Amino acid sequence: MSDRPTEPEGTAAEDLAVQDHAVEDPAAAEPETPWRRLHRDGLKSTALYMAGVMVGAGTPAAIALASGTSWPIALAWVLPGAALVIGAVVAFEAVRLRTTRYRVTATRVEMHTGLFFKRRRSLARERIRSVDLAANPLERVFGLTKVKVGTGETGSGSGSTTEQTLTLDSVHRTEADRLRQELLRRGAVASEVDTEGRLATWEPGWLKYAPLSFLTPMLAGIAVGAVFQVADWFGRGGLPVEITADLVEAHGPWTVLGVGLAALLLLGAIASLVLQGEAWWNHRLDREPGGTLRVRRGLMIARSLSLEEERIRGIEIVEPLGVRTAGAGRLDVVAIGLKTDQEGSDLSTLVPAAPLDKTLAAAEAVIGPLETGLAPHPRTALHRRLRWAGATILIAAGLATGAHLLWSMPALLSAAVVLAAVSTSAFAVWTAFDSYASLGHASGPRYLVSRRGSTRRATVHLDRSGIIGWRIQQSVFQRRMGLMTLDATTAAGKGHYAVIDADEHEILDFADDTVPDLLRPFLIREPVGDSAE
Amino acid sequence: MRPPQHQFDPRVKPWWRVQLAIATAVPAVPLLVLGLLIAPARPWLLGPAAAIAVIGLVSLAALPVWWHRVHRWEVTDTAVYTLTGYFWRTWRIAPMSRIQTVDTTQGPLQRTFGLSTLVVTTASSAGAIKLEGLEQDQAAALAERLTELTDATPGDAT
Repeated sequence: MSDRPTEPEGTAAEDLAVQDHAVEDPAAAEPETPWRRLHRDGLKSTALYMAGVMVGAGTPAAIALASGTSWPIALAWVLPGAALVIGAVVAFEAVRLRTTRYRVTATRVEMHTGLFFKRRRSLARERIRSVDLAANPLERVFGLTKVKVGTGETGSGSGSTTEQTLTLDSVHRTEADRLRQELLRRGAVASEVDTEGRLATWEPGWLKYAPLSFLTPMLAGIAVGAVFQVADWFGRGGLPVEITADLVEAHGPWTVLGVGLAALLLLGAIASLVLQGEAWWNHRLDREPGGTLRVRRGLMIARSLSLEEERIRGIEIVEPLGVRTAGAGRLDVVAIGLKTDQEGSDLSTLVPAAPLDKTLAAAEAVIGPLETGLAPHPRTALHRRLRWAGATILIAAGLATGAHLLWSMPALLSAAVVLAAVSTSAFAVWTAFDSYASLGHASGPRYLVSRRGSTRRATVHLDRSGIIGWRIQQSVFQRRMGLMTLDATTAAGKGHYAVIDADEHEILDFADDTVPDLLRPFLIREPVGDSAE
Repeated sequence: MRPPQHQFDPRVKPWWRVQLAIATAVPAVPLLVLGLLIAPARPWLLGPAAAIAVIGLVSLAALPVWWHRVHRWEVTDTAVYTLTGYFWRTWRIAPMSRIQTVDTTQGPLQRTFGLSTLVVTTASSAGAIKLEGLEQDQAAALAERLTELTDATPGDAT
């Protein structure tokens, strides 16, 4: 290890010289910004991390080996193996740290990395839309932070997101902060300075909403899966089933089912509480000089996301069913360059589940006064939803009777099937009314507002100037009911936000008002003319 | 809302027919060949082959004519406007000022019919607007015109 640092040093210096020659762009080369390096403590953090991984992976391996042979033999295999893996990873990391250079010039952010396979990345500074900082507990011990610079090219076509982001893994905390400020500074002149300050502060009490989220049943399911997986590793895949069968024999099926479900949900609720607590502890939403929004949060992993307000195209207030029943909701941002496609990603969340008035206040602080008077949708939209509920009931009833006709079931299973069918039907009808009650749209001075959904009710406030096209859809069923779906396409967030099942004439006028002159040339003012097929 | 002005070039009909013929032949021909070779399983192979062929021929005769009537497009100085589908109708409008790229593509089949596809992308991830089945010179001219028009608008179209 002693001579290792000197060797890459030489190659790295050569490398640097070559790279400076390679910069052809005179504008970038002119100011001669010095190259900077990643922080060398990253190596220590990697070594410790790998040591931890090896202890975690090596202990079961050693136990398994020792049970077959003896402890000295097991250790003789496992210890050198672990040392080899740690050494290899650390050596690799040392080379990476030594050979990575970055600099911020007047126009670009550049990063060169690699010893044998050199990679050169360069982002135009004017395209940078977000700077994301994150530090895990180990990195925090050494005062390190990962910096992810995003340009947020969400448009379809070539170039995946990985090509459009640049990650510095990792630099010192103060350097990360300096980079964040420097990279997002350029809008400073244009922005309004009077609105700086704290927009929202998280309160520990908001954690009570965590168990109500959809994470709870999901994590409970994952726990069940994990039990089976672990049992399978030890070659006893059927063990959980046997244990359950024994319990049913001893205590009766209803007790086992009830207690088991309650225990699983409790487990899920605790896990959800822990996860959300970790993610949102000490959350703050600030507006910083230069027109950026900054979200800071995290108990173990400190996260910080800075977002240029120029790139924000609106907000979305999301009220998932469980959270909504408690009168709460979360605030998401609709911004260019923040992917919100994956469900469960909390990257675009500005304020987690909080009392609705707090969420709305934060939303107003971000985009200004909210439009509240939403126009309801025609009654036929409710009829359409009731038909879906009817179809669901028919299917549920069909399945339940089919099951009874095909198999002779014990009373318990039969009761469970009937119960499932009945509750599904009831939920379908309730959803029909509830999702109809959710429907609404409005057009304010700056924002188009659309609300929809029952299990996930979301109210989007989309910047009218951020609408880059319309997609209008009408199925045969909608046509018969005089309904139409208006989809506003945008470069931000998930790419399109819809006003579903609105009145077909009213919604076209609405679209025409919202984005002037776009739809107008294709409209016929007499609604009768359109219905001629 | 009035429908877009233009229908696609009449040559799209034979192009669609060839596509449908290929889509029919891919499952039907192997079934036919196997049915002729394997005597015991003949009814089980020739039956589906015949069914696929009948469905294929019917759609071959009816669908292209139907599609040609339903799909429409229009390019004005301010927007690109398309209408597709009948049972699920979709109108799409992209303003000229928000168009990012304009491409034309031409597959081998399209080339034999002298057709090409104009692909208009915006910054939205909702997908590109495709005008499939324009006469190739017309598509090239349109692409050129759209590129000129969009180049004239400043900004990054977001």
